Amino acid sequence: MSASLQRGVNAFKEVIDAPVAAFFASCVHCGLCAESCLFYTETGDPQYTPIHKLEPLRRVWQQEYTLLGRLAKLVGLAKPVTDAELAAWSPLVYDSCSMCGRCSMVCPVGNDITLMIRKMREGMAAAGHAPEGLVTATQRSIQSGSPAGVKWVTVQAQIKRMQKQFGIDIPVNLENADYLVLMSSWEILNYPEYLGSVGRILDNAGATWTLSEHAYEATNSGIQIGVSDLARELVGRIVKAAEDLKVKCVISPECGHAYTALRWEGPNLMGRRFGFEVKHILEVLDDLRRSGRLKLKGSIDKPLTYHDPCQISRRGGVHQQPRALLRQIAPQFREMSDPGVMNWCCGGGGGVSANERAEPLRTIAFKRKKAQIEKLGVNTVVTSCANCRVVIEEALEHYHMNIELLGLTELVAEHLAED
Amino acid sequence: MSGLELLTWARGPGLVLAVGICIFGVILRLIEILALGRQADLASPRQNSTGSGWRTIFTRSLPPPGMLRRAPLTYLGGYVFHIGMAIAVFFFVPHIELFRGLLGLRWPGLPNPLVDIASIAAIIALLALLVGRLVDPVKRLLTNAGDWLAWALTFVPLITGYSAYHHLFENYTLTLAVHIVSVELLLVLLPFSKLFHVFSLFIARWYNGEISGRKGVAS
Ligand code: SF4
Ligand code: SF4
Repeated sequence: MSASLQRGVNAFKEVIDAPVAAFFASCVHCGLCAESCLFYTETGDPQYTPIHKLEPLRRVWQQEYTLLGRLAKLVGLAKPVTDAELAAWSPLVYDSCSMCGRCSMVCPVGNDITLMIRKMREGMAAAGHAPEGLVTATQRSIQSGSPAGVKWVTVQAQIKRMQKQFGIDIPVNLENADYLVLMSSWEILNYPEYLGSVGRILDNAGATWTLSEHAYEATNSGIQIGVSDLARELVGRIVKAAEDLKVKCVISPECGHAYTALRWEGPNLMGRRFGFEVKHILEVLDDLRRSGRLKLKGSIDKPLTYHDPCQISRRGGVHQQPRALLRQIAPQFREMSDPGVMNWCCGGGGGVSANERAEPLRTIAFKRKKAQIEKLGVNTVVTSCANCRVVIEEALEHYHMNIELLGLTELVAEHLAED
Repeated sequence: MSGLELLTWARGPGLVLAVGICIFGVILRLIEILALGRQADLASPRQNSTGSGWRTIFTRSLPPPGMLRRAPLTYLGGYVFHIGMAIAVFFFVPHIELFRGLLGLRWPGLPNPLVDIASIAAIIALLALLVGRLVDPVKRLLTNAGDWLAWALTFVPLITGYSAYHHLFENYTLTLAVHIVSVELLLVLLPFSKLFHVFSLFIARWYNGEISGRKGVAS
């Protein structure tokens, strides 16, 4: 066995715990998970059946952690995991899974397949079978702090522009603020108005907030590629900055996986609870709305719908807040099919959008969202994840669809009732 | 060995052996799973969550929105088989007598014609699921020898039980003996095949619901 394969198999062994064992032991091969996964429904290709994506991990479980499997291994009847097999599985584990979590809601025996994909990626990355695009993004994150290579000077330039455009002051490295505001690479590069919008809303609510020179980027490609050490390093930078600045709450930006990384995986990666709260921007907006500190006026007068980002809604529990906000400013808000926690992914989550190899498949997978939007017949879609936004925008262009795409935070900021 | 000898063996030592192996196997497999443990989740859970492990244990028996239409055979076949099988196993009066002898517990049975219908429904459902497994590309990809074995282990007790009840074969004693032996085989292999899901699914569903529930999602 090669050293890298050994590392991969060891990582597999390490990530297998009681839940994983219960899940593998329970699978009845009913195939229902396939029907829940957009990579299967849109291609009809059985290899994209969620539980099948885990086959090498399942065999390691069987051969290492069950009596019969160990006996079979002892007498040479077990089929060992090989390097070639892992190479063949790389497109299944990375390209055809956005870690959207839909299969985990559907499996009749209750398997959290998504959780297992997350775990399996640890072994795949250790064995050297992570896709090129994700490897580069992760390396850049470690070196420059951002998967897209965004440097602090870029952020500084943006701060200046936003101060001018929105007429606000953007504090940097302010201590004892209520909120530390983070961005994702996409917000820095493609949607700079996010920063201005958050600033205006927080100022308006009378909250204190700050950016940090040392932690401005929330994207965590360590989670997507499945290298916990790197994920820990990236989360650690934010935790340090937040604790140094003694902020009360860190606001995770309109980015799905950033939220999962910081809110749900973060404390576990760091091995301790944080001295501050972590909230998604929509949670903060809804808190402010409920306490009467978010005053809105006017409304957007056209039919529109909301695309639930998987990590924020199904895997993050933030699905009522965007609806409460939209109901206030969009009287013609309409739900598309399977709203909220049963939403369909845009196809680009879980690192799929950073993985060039996956692009053709991702475009096919988008057909699900396309059909949903077309069926509803609206021309405006609101969402709250910059990665979803980029993926959807590219796909809309590919399919020549004339749909307007908006970020919810920006939309809210446009309807602020100024004092 | 005559039918009577087989029947005597199956009702006596055979039964004890089968139940013993089954209990031992189930405990072993449960330990195999639970002994792996898991790390405590340090992320603070949401306070007002509607989800929980206990909830998912129940709700996961229902198809999520839109799924029944996508896979009608799997769902309907699954329901009819499981309910029919449960009625045949637990509500056939002679079976209840057996449970009383073994466990000292008793509960009311259902009229024989009703049990009869349930058994036929379960048999038809199993056949339909078998065809489904043979033709559906997804199921074919997932299927291995264990699936055929599990299918046969469940089918034979149903069909032999049905044959015995209706005296379909001349040698009733032998039919009954084969029925009991097939059930014993089922018991022996249950912990070591995918049939073990009858126990492990409660653990799996609980974990699933608990993980989601902490995040505020009822899964
Ligand atoms: S998490 Fe989503 S994309 Fe991944 S296998 Fe499950 S349903 Fe498919
Ligand atoms: S839905 Fe669950 S039980 Fe069925 S094949 Fe998929 S993982 Fe296995």
